Amino acid sequence: MKGKYDKAFENVIRLRIMSILMANEEFDFNSFKELLDVTDGNLATHLKQLEKNDFIEVKKSFVGRKPLTTYAATEEGKKAFQFHLTFLENLIKENKS
Amino acid sequence: MKKAQDELAEIKSIMERSSRFLSLSGLSGILAGVYALIGSGIAYSLIYYPNPPYGKDISLTNPEYVISNVMITGLSVLLLSVFTTWLLSRKKSKKTKVSLWSPASRRFMRALFIPVIIGGLLCIGLYAQGQEHLVAAITLIFYGLGLFNASNFTLNEIKYLSYCQLVLGLIATFFPEYGLVLWAMGFGVLHIIYGAIMYVKYDG
Repeated sequence: MKGKYDKAFENVIRLRIMSILMANEEFDFNSFKELLDVTDGNLATHLKQLEKNDFIEVKKSFVGRKPLTTYAATEEGKKAFQFHLTFLENLIKENKS
Repeated sequence: MKKAQDELAEIKSIMERSSRFLSLSGLSGILAGVYALIGSGIAYSLIYYPNPPYGKDISLTNPEYVISNVMITGLSVLLLSVFTTWLLSRKKSKKTKVSLWSPASRRFMRALFIPVIIGGLLCIGLYAQGQEHLVAAITLIFYGLGLFNASNFTLNEIKYLSYCQLVLGLIATFFPEYGLVLWAMGFGVLHIIYGAIMYVKYDG
């Protein structure tokens, strides 16, 4: 498997978002914001783009009266991320030999 | 290629940070151990003094109020340790600029405290049934299971602490007359050793 460099992960914020969703079943908006240290608008744009690619899915719920938006990686998103990782690993291997 | 390598390292680091609770301080392990040793000393003076700190079934030789005083001592050690850990973790998380209340920390606490709470309730049940000689074993075993469970959500080294607690707990099941000594070793000595190792490795 050669892997594929995915343009969707070219941006470092999107790459980080996807990494987090690989390690966590779900993650909420505010926790993203804190960990990534980005503004609301910036984060929302990147999340929307990943959503458009069908790489992540959004779940909206309420905790008491506060709305809670959580995100999870889709099967397609996980596969694409895996391909991206394989591509990076192969790139490193090729450069070593 | 440098960039690809950096990118992989970055991915690994953020996966780790997002899924593991890393604000535990080695110092809280040391302090929890000290509290436990002091608590064991108090329990010893309540139960056995002036005899050696081990011997026959404590319920046979002691009036009821002694047992409840020992339970209160144990509970105080627990609350003091939790409070200290919370304070020191808050300090550490402020320094590293991560939230103390994150998905990772919530998972860590749930994994640790569900077995611990069940173990505590079981101890109350055992006490009600007059089986308090097993309390040392049960607290060690359920705490060990809680740590084992929680090791997936924090630094991996905590797993070794959990194995040691579980072994001591099982020994205490077979030799309940050494319960207090084993409890002091598990909650006291092991915490201090573990805390010191973690402190040197990560906080120093």
